Amino acid sequence: MGFLPDRTLDHLREVTEAPDLSGTRYEVEEEIGRGGMGIVYRARDTQLDRAVALKVMDSRGVTAEEAKVLALLEHPGLVPVYDSGTLPDGRSYYAMRLVRGKRLDEFVAREASLPARLRVFEKICEAVAFAHDRGVIHCDLKPQNVMVGSFGEVFVMDWGVACVRGSGAAPGAGTPAYMAPEQAREGHQPVDCRADVFALGRILVDLMPPERPRPLAAISRKASATDPADRYTTVEQFAADVTRFLDGQPVTAYRESPLERLGRYYRRNQLLLLLLGVYFAVKLILFFLARH
Amino acid sequence: MAYEPDTAMGGAHHPFPTTRSSLIQSAAGTGAPASEALEAILAVYWKPAYKHVRIRWKRSNEGAKDLVQGFFTALIEQEILAGFDPSKGRFRTYLKACLDHFVMKQDESAKRFKRGGDLTPVFDFDAAERELAASPSVEDVFFREWQREMFSLGLRDLREYCQTNGKQLQLAVFEEYDLAEESQPSYAELAARHGIPVTTVTNYLAWARRELRRLVMARLSAVTSGDPECRAEGRALFGK
Repeated sequence: MGFLPDRTLDHLREVTEAPDLSGTRYEVEEEIGRGGMGIVYRARDTQLDRAVALKVMDSRGVTAEEAKVLALLEHPGLVPVYDSGTLPDGRSYYAMRLVRGKRLDEFVAREASLPARLRVFEKICEAVAFAHDRGVIHCDLKPQNVMVGSFGEVFVMDWGVACVRGSGAAPGAGTPAYMAPEQAREGHQPVDCRADVFALGRILVDLMPPERPRPLAAISRKASATDPADRYTTVEQFAADVTRFLDGQPVTAYRESPLERLGRYYRRNQLLLLLLGVYFAVKLILFFLARH
Repeated sequence: MAYEPDTAMGGAHHPFPTTRSSLIQSAAGTGAPASEALEAILAVYWKPAYKHVRIRWKRSNEGAKDLVQGFFTALIEQEILAGFDPSKGRFRTYLKACLDHFVMKQDESAKRFKRGGDLTPVFDFDAAERELAASPSVEDVFFREWQREMFSLGLRDLREYCQTNGKQLQLAVFEEYDLAEESQPSYAELAARHGIPVTTVTNYLAWARRELRRLVMARLSAVTSGDPECRAEGRALFGK
């Protein structure tokens, strides 16, 4: 057998990975990303003449569990699945809506406003909380798995390693920087909603500016505590604290000093205080004018 | 399965190992399953190991041969495989680290022998020289040759499968198109050359690529510790 030249080797690597979609209604246009368990392509649905995202699982025999999970979760923050099937080589695939927008990490790089970032974060929490309500834990939340649309719509993507509450996360699943300690431990440990709370806590850190507001830093610390018992019990509780911070209210994760409370009160009621100031100034002027 | 003619190290082996996750564990044991598993590992890794030693460690042809022979002998005799822990990394990475460690140990032994005692050199000029000479392409040799060997073995399996199953025409179309060293012929040229419709050329190519992927994955499953590693290695093997 002859030596396989580099050019031929690279050609073979490429053509053996490209999905064989003969017999399906889809035509691949280009690769757009790699997820937890497979590759995502932009494809054209030739029957309906529309662009779709087509995820092809990595290996034979891996069923499109992710498609089944997503089909269970109908929510504006979760990408709808259109169709699923098996390629001639045994790999599973499923078609879903093609989301146009930026990944959360790209969005953060362009969007400097903390309130705008936190509003997006609230929407992420809403989608994840909905999944939790249906008993599904994402297990691989990270900025790269969240898409932000041009109108501020948010999609939580890549449910390839999601697990049902109480079951163990897939071995090796998740991304170390965002993975809860109990998920990273060997031995297929059972995980619950707090594994996603941990990851969301880490994501919140990514959204904060270098000079982190103390209450917000305390929220992220509580969310990503090493011991699950020290974290927020649910994503709703976590999101509620973020909302309180956005609304200028005290957060449960942080005990503020009287001075900080005064500062927060001032920031929250600047207009009222300004009007009161003007009122008393006018009263004072009128008082002195009357005396002279 | 054809015997590898240009070496005595590849050995005969079975094309479709089936026991997947237990293969590496089997190789660490004894008896017939261990031999079979070891042969699967040797078939994939001896060439990457040899080229790695030649280029990364700058050894002569004969020196590299001795080292690689010695390494795989040690692999069998010194229970190196038993030390592999799938939770700590991929088998390919483990094997490469073991090979580097083996070469370094051999160097130290050789120096002690030359200097006639337990002298430990204060300055490791050889290591400094190696660091100086190292480049990313040099570091990639093992990985690149592993990719090449996996596909070479897959192609060999594909040829054998086509020969024994009457798929010579499919193989010919595939080889003339996908293995073309110069410019690739067009589908129409291939169709005219073999007297078949263009759509058949498309179908034959799709079939052969699919089979090649299947055969390469079968080889891969024989030298990985289970599904997660097999998937991860598949990603390193296929694609741009």
